[in-house]
Amino acid sequence: MYAQVVKSEGSKTRDEMTPEELAFQDRIDRGEKIEPKEWMPEGYRKTLIRQIGQHAHSEIVGQLPEGNWITRAPTLERKAILLAKVQDEAGHGLYLYSAAETLGVSRDELMELLHAGKMKYSSIFNYPTLTWADMGAVGWLVDGAAIMNQVPLQRTSYGPYSRAMIRICKEESFHQRQGYAIMMKMAQGTPAQKRMAQDALNRLWYPSLMMFGPSDKDSVHSAQSMAWKIKMNTNDELRQKFVDQTVPQAEYLGLTVPDPDLKWNEEKGGYDFSEPDWSEFYDVLAGNGPCNKDRLGARVKAWEDGAWFRDALVVHAEKAAARRAVAAE
Amino acid sequence: MSKEWPLWEVFIRGQHGLNHRHVGSLHAPDAEMAILNARDVYTRRNEGVSIWVVPSAQITASSPSEKGPLFEPSNSKVYRHPTFFDIPDEVGHM
Ligand SMILES: [Fe+2]
Ligand SMILES: [Fe+2]
Repeated sequence: MYAQVVKSEGSKTRDEMTPEELAFQDRIDRGEKIEPKEWMPEGYRKTLIRQIGQHAHSEIVGQLPEGNWITRAPTLERKAILLAKVQDEAGHGLYLYSAAETLGVSRDELMELLHAGKMKYSSIFNYPTLTWADMGAVGWLVDGAAIMNQVPLQRTSYGPYSRAMIRICKEESFHQRQGYAIMMKMAQGTPAQKRMAQDALNRLWYPSLMMFGPSDKDSVHSAQSMAWKIKMNTNDELRQKFVDQTVPQAEYLGLTVPDPDLKWNEEKGGYDFSEPDWSEFYDVLAGNGPCNKDRLGARVKAWEDGAWFRDALVVHAEKAAARRAVAAE
Repeated sequence: MSKEWPLWEVFIRGQHGLNHRHVGSLHAPDAEMAILNARDVYTRRNEGVSIWVVPSAQITASSPSEKGPLFEPSNSKVYRHPTFFDIPDEVGHM
């Protein structure tokens, strides 16, 4: 999802656990929250830093494909809405960086790992947003997929992560609905507008399915993360839920999901659908998607161009503090 | 790497006259900027009418390992709760 492939540290059976690790696992099994200064296995801490960091980076990098359309929104109202949506994503990134910081890593360290290519963000943001209809499809599908994953994470075992998720979930519904509203407008518009909406769905459908991460049979790190309750559902469970929820919404729009094998399966009470092309997924993760260089380049540039300003504010704050100290003498 | 902005804890009082409540943290170069950032990060939907910011380094927290002894004294005093006392129904609401 926003954290698609998170390497998890070690997986131990109860017999292999130390008494401390056993007590820790029991707390999680009882549904207790783990708070920052409490004892936790090193692997739990490291896996969480990776996962929350990746999630935070996705929120921040995720501003870029939509930011691309702010100046070209079709009306002032749409522009204001899109600005508010993108600003929310900045907020989501900040909530999550603070949650990660409670685990003993600094925000600047996480930024530098991202900029050095040592931490990832969701593969979805390496696809381009070519038309205004993509703003609709992103809100509807990408935020829709994010919600699928974030709602259960509100119950995750790590207190600060859980609280960040609760805040984020309160804001996500607006994101998905504004996207779907754009899709409705386009799909019910002129034939050319409807074609744009269909084209956006065609391009973003499989990348959205990839957001849930590799298929369970190839997802090697799931078991430990699920035992620790930092992953609440398997990738395939969430992907299935997403497809089941989204297909009727596409039908309402009169749009066709670009999957000839999509079929309702009465027996399982869900749709059968085609898997995305996983080789494309791994290729995008490895840095070879259509926009990887642009996205990371934009982040690094913003960080470097803003350095003088961040530094100037620190110097200003230090001088003001010194002046206050003198005045108080 | 230049110097990182210090971390601040943010407390917000909502519309209904309740206490300020901890909502999260953020980085800012000084207190004034921390308030402005807190406005943007934590009150985008009218969540508050007042903001407090405190440097995170100034917070002293109770230690999780002393949770037992620290809170034990109140565990044994169940009579502090009204439900400890049985009042007959005939007495009416109390
Ligand atoms: Fe978000
Ligand atoms: Fe969102």
